[in-house]
Amino acid sequence: MAVLRLKFTKNERDKLAQVLWILNWISVLTGILLFSLGLFLKVEINKRGELMAERDIQYVPNMLIAVGLIACAINFLGGKICYDCVDTNKFLRWKLIMLPYIICTFFFTFCVLVGALMCYSMRGELEESLNLGLTEAIRFYKDTDTPGRCFLKRTVDMLQMEFHCCGNNGYKDWFQIQWISNRYLDMSQKEVVDRLRSNVEGKYLMSGVPFSCCNLNSPRPCIQQHVTNNSAHFNYEHQTEALNLWMRGCREALLEYYTHIMQSIGLTVLLTWLFEVMDACLSVLTGVRYLQTSLENVLRQGDLNSESDGWLLENSFMETARTNLNIIKCLGKGNQIDTANNGDPNINVPSTSKAHYGPDNVPLKEIPEAS
Amino acid sequence: MALLKIKFTQQRRVHLAQGLWLLSWMAVMWGGVIFCLGVYLKTELLRRAEVMDNTEIHVVPNILMMVGLASIGTNWVASRVCQDSLDPTRFPRWKVPLLAWFAVATVLCCLLIAVVALSYALQGSLEESLKVGLRNGIRFYKDTDVPGRCFQKETIDRLQMEFRCCGNNNFKDWFEVQWVSNRYLDFTSKDVKDRIRSNVDNRYLLDGVPFSCCNPTSPRPCLRYHLTDNNAHFNYDYQSEELNLYSRGCRQALTDYYMELMNSTGPGVLSVILIQLSVLLSLRYLQTAVETAMVLEDPEGDSEGYLLEKGVKETIEDLKINALTMLKFGQVDPNAAEGSSEVADAEKDEKDAPPSPAS
Repeated sequence: MAVLRLKFTKNERDKLAQVLWILNWISVLTGILLFSLGLFLKVEINKRGELMAERDIQYVPNMLIAVGLIACAINFLGGKICYDCVDTNKFLRWKLIMLPYIICTFFFTFCVLVGALMCYSMRGELEESLNLGLTEAIRFYKDTDTPGRCFLKRTVDMLQMEFHCCGNNGYKDWFQIQWISNRYLDMSQKEVVDRLRSNVEGKYLMSGVPFSCCNLNSPRPCIQQHVTNNSAHFNYEHQTEALNLWMRGCREALLEYYTHIMQSIGLTVLLTWLFEVMDACLSVLTGVRYLQTSLENVLRQGDLNSESDGWLLENSFMETARTNLNIIKCLGKGNQIDTANNGDPNINVPSTSKAHYGPDNVPLKEIPEAS
Repeated sequence: MALLKIKFTQQRRVHLAQGLWLLSWMAVMWGGVIFCLGVYLKTELLRRAEVMDNTEIHVVPNILMMVGLASIGTNWVASRVCQDSLDPTRFPRWKVPLLAWFAVATVLCCLLIAVVALSYALQGSLEESLKVGLRNGIRFYKDTDVPGRCFQKETIDRLQMEFRCCGNNNFKDWFEVQWVSNRYLDFTSKDVKDRIRSNVDNRYLLDGVPFSCCNPTSPRPCLRYHLTDNNAHFNYDYQSEELNLYSRGCRQALTDYYMELMNSTGPGVLSVILIQLSVLLSLRYLQTAVETAMVLEDPEGDSEGYLLEKGVKETIEDLKINALTMLKFGQVDPNAAEGSSEVADAEKDEKDAPPSPAS
């Protein structure tokens, strides 16, 4: 007793194959979409690679790229299968691959869902990475003469100007490190020597920030030096002055930027997954299964243009499960040695069942050899 | 003697109509592209409208937008003509509109050539406009409390950071204006009083620049004040320091940017001119070939297509005569008036004549 048996004429079979072909090509396009989203995320992360410490965040865009490529490959294959299904000669080629293809599609749909969920889980790792990366970058801001770090100053300046942020958590991060290189400090001046001696590590610390922290919206020309000293500037109070420098920290700014990108990508991938589930499970699997079974029935009947039955499973669920379990058990037995013949499979064991010698049940006479 | 005659079989006429239909739809698409180019150029000019003094340069994107729209319309009409050209019942209604179409298409081609010429000719005007606009912008930089000018500071800062430039011609323009507002100056300080007294207009001038002039690629933290004083900073030489501030002036930067934008639209405009001309010529051939075929005994036979029915000189003469006739149409013709009064007298005599024999 087959599960969900339906009758298919030749026209209906052809139409079914065509509809499945179109759906497969739409799925190829969604696969390309996934691939390009993964590529975009990878490019964005690499653009700010200098500001991120070594953390395992590349796995998200890599997963998206891989899933996108697999989607294209699977759906391209599916499209080819459906295209060939219309012609029974070509269908025979694909007979064996149909079932593995259906299983692969299930597995790949699950991968898409995992990819979507990973987009949302990346945030914690990213924050850690940005925190460490920005601390390092601010520390090496002054090392424009050290090979490997000479462009860090420009990177940090462009970052602060572009994202409207200052420092790691706020502008006070700049007070704790020396961001002016020693080769621009006049060591003969008393003020410089005092500052260097005022802390344990001999760093030239000052309550000043680089120019890239300056806020564009301030009505007043930017105050970069002696930021916390109210008497150093006329009509200035640093506690209430909010427009002079950028108040936001760069870690927060970058995190917000990347979270926004990943949320959009995650949403798109989820929608793609929903589409794939509805498309793949309902249409492709059902349709491909029906196509497969109905074509097999046509071949059995011998008439290509006739109607044939298509079904999901040949017998009911229980029988199919039992048959598959037996197959698995036999596969398991194939490795075991049969101990009945002392382990030797070549001994011919006589049949224990009674031989059937015709209607009279008389054994055959031996025909004498002709001499 | 017709100009550039070509023989057309029925097959060739059909091919010409089909090819011209495709070509006119391509021209419609290119017309759309030209329109979009015009819109883009206009938005870019409007974005920086605050640092421009006049809007003379806006004539270039305006013409591009107008020509783009007109080109979409005319080429759509051309495609309709192609569709009707092989149907002898529907083609005659296009006879008069086609004359107007040719005139419009010629005008469009001339306008496109004018746009290319204008984009080079107006460069000087653009530079002048930017010079005045930037000078005002720098002068009113400090007036963040004056309504109407409060965003001048932000505009100039953004401009200098985005285009990597400083001042009008170079950074020294900032030494000649007071860019620090009086409300942030401590008038009790000796330094401030000295500076204000040092010039005739009592302005607070200093050899410093705003932070937006700072160059991020400099290896040294930005030096903004006391730029001409070598002793004010350690290991600093004013004449040889190149990377500290942006060396380019904003007028030069903006002019280069807009000229590059307009030059990049050049190939697009030239290809539209070529396409429009080919649509024009092909449609003329199609029109004359189909019209010649329609008057033949065998409409499916060979016909000749030409550009002009007579030679160039004769066509110009004909046009002159036509134009003069149309002008004369409005005037009263004295010969015609006398002729009509003579006719009226003759009629009156005829009327008077019959009654006399009766009596």
